[in-house]
Amino acid sequence: MIADWYMLLAAVLFVIGALGLLVRRNALVMFMCVELMLNAVNLTLVSAGRALDDLDGQVATFFILVVAAAEVVVGLAIIVSIFRQRATASVDALSDLRG
Amino acid sequence: MAETVILVLMGITSVAGALTVVMARNPVYSGIGLLGTMLSLAVIYVAQLAHFVAAIQIIVYAGAVMTLFLFVIMLIGVDRSEDTSENLPRQRTAVGVLTAVTVGLAVWLGTSSGFSWIPAADGEPDPGATNGTVEAIGERLFSHWVLAFEVTALLLTVAAAGAIALAYYTRGRSAVE
Repeated sequence: MIADWYMLLAAVLFVIGALGLLVRRNALVMFMCVELMLNAVNLTLVSAGRALDDLDGQVATFFILVVAAAEVVVGLAIIVSIFRQRATASVDALSDLRG
Repeated sequence: MAETVILVLMGITSVAGALTVVMARNPVYSGIGLLGTMLSLAVIYVAQLAHFVAAIQIIVYAGAVMTLFLFVIMLIGVDRSEDTSENLPRQRTAVGVLTAVTVGLAVWLGTSSGFSWIPAADGEPDPGATNGTVEAIGERLFSHWVLAFEVTALLLTVAAAGAIALAYYTRGRSAVE
């Protein structure tokens, strides 16, 4: 069945995003990897909804998209305000709370 | 048959875009890779009859979100390349474990019957039930999910207000006085 291959593609995209989140240190690229993982979950929901003959998968995708848009707005504002203080986008520079 | 061809082509381009996001040194290339992945997924959504989701994928993700990303990349400078000299032993172990889990999952999905534990997934999907037109999604959204829809309106308002507050705040003094 073709739904398996959609699920497999979504899993591959999700893991690539998770790997990127682990190996990159640029806050912007890490944020893009989070977006990649959200996109993979959207693909899972649409494919599963289709396999189950249920439209709610697409409705859930709509809600994820709205939350992702809100997350991007706040997250990028935080990155910009950090950049104003530190002049860097690297997450390694943010060690103020280290004991 | 046509759907399989679309899935293979768009699967290749979306994975290539995802790898570009992770491996590109320049954040602009990462952004373009993410854009390619999002457009490929929009084509896949059309192939799955999720018309409304495909439209908002392009308008919101490929349009608004990626524009915001590229704007911020240009704002904080593209020439600051990452320092990759530091060793990341734990992260590399985690990467290895995650890759092994994914490959195992792929082999298991390929050899087993996949989604047989879902009762309705045994037969062929019914295209009429999941034809995601604006009317069908809207009917579902404004009847069964209307409370969640109103809450997302509140969430967007809070997010916009929070972003403005973060952008105006400067150390020692607030710009909105």
